[in-house]
Amino acid sequence: MTAAALIAILIGMVLLLVRALMGPTLYDRILAVNAFGTKTVLVIGLLGYVMGRPDFLDIAMIYTLINFVTTIAILKFFRYRSFQVPLARRVDPAKGGE
Amino acid sequence: MRELFTADSGPLLINITLLAILFIVAIAIARLRSLFAIVMLSGVYSLVSAAWYIAVDAVDVGYTEAAVGAGMSTAVLLGAMLLTARTAKPEKPLSKIGPFLVCGATAVMLIYATVDLPGLGDPNSPANTGPGMTYVQINWFDTGVPNVVTSVLASYRGFDTMGETVVVFVAGLAVAMLLGFGERSLAETLRNKKRKDKEGDAS
Repeated sequence: MTAAALIAILIGMVLLLVRALMGPTLYDRILAVNAFGTKTVLVIGLLGYVMGRPDFLDIAMIYTLINFVTTIAILKFFRYRSFQVPLARRVDPAKGGE
Repeated sequence: MRELFTADSGPLLINITLLAILFIVAIAIARLRSLFAIVMLSGVYSLVSAAWYIAVDAVDVGYTEAAVGAGMSTAVLLGAMLLTARTAKPEKPLSKIGPFLVCGATAVMLIYATVDLPGLGDPNSPANTGPGMTYVQINWFDTGVPNVVTSVLASYRGFDTMGETVVVFVAGLAVAMLLGFGERSLAETLRNKKRKDKEGDAS
């Protein structure tokens, strides 16, 4: 059962890879890479159960955090062309308020 | 070769699939010209190789690869991309033959070297006889850490690991100082200079 899920996720990884390679726009690629990271997390989690070592779940969680931070960093980079801008919306003092 | 066939077929299938994905991604990185796509694919490459390290039980290497390869180097490469163009220049086909030959020769030598390596988890390999076994036996009584690799890295070789961490930290700091952050970063300085030049032309 776990092995079948693992194979299904590996097939999903290949499909995502196709999207990341062909992706006409940048956002296709970003989305594909983010989903690919999620698939990696799932593969590691399932791998722990297939190999009889469920403590791999801890590693999977670390990967989730790294994947999230990376995606936010990339999207921020594309919005502002820099990492040094706060993510919150900046209030324009001339207009006042939000 | 005997180890390959007596191993469980499940992990073998996973290894083959992950390595095939790595191969496809590497070919794509070499073929693509859009630098952004290359940065994205190098993130994918790091993630898959980290998953593969974990599949072959090198958990600590997998951690490092995920944190440095997928997390940090993607951000650093994006920062470096600010300083250069968005697409690589097309190369002349003949100019690639020299590097290709060098890479091919290195690959052949590495593959030749793997013939002599002991199989994964072989109890008779040099790493698992002698001191290695001693650590496995005394580790729990010395440190109380269940994972032998962790106890060796963080307890027996604690000062060595601290030195490594300092080296990596200094290297990261050096890259950060070279690329810079905020309004004093190299990218921002170049952009301001370009803007100033443009204003100078206009007036």
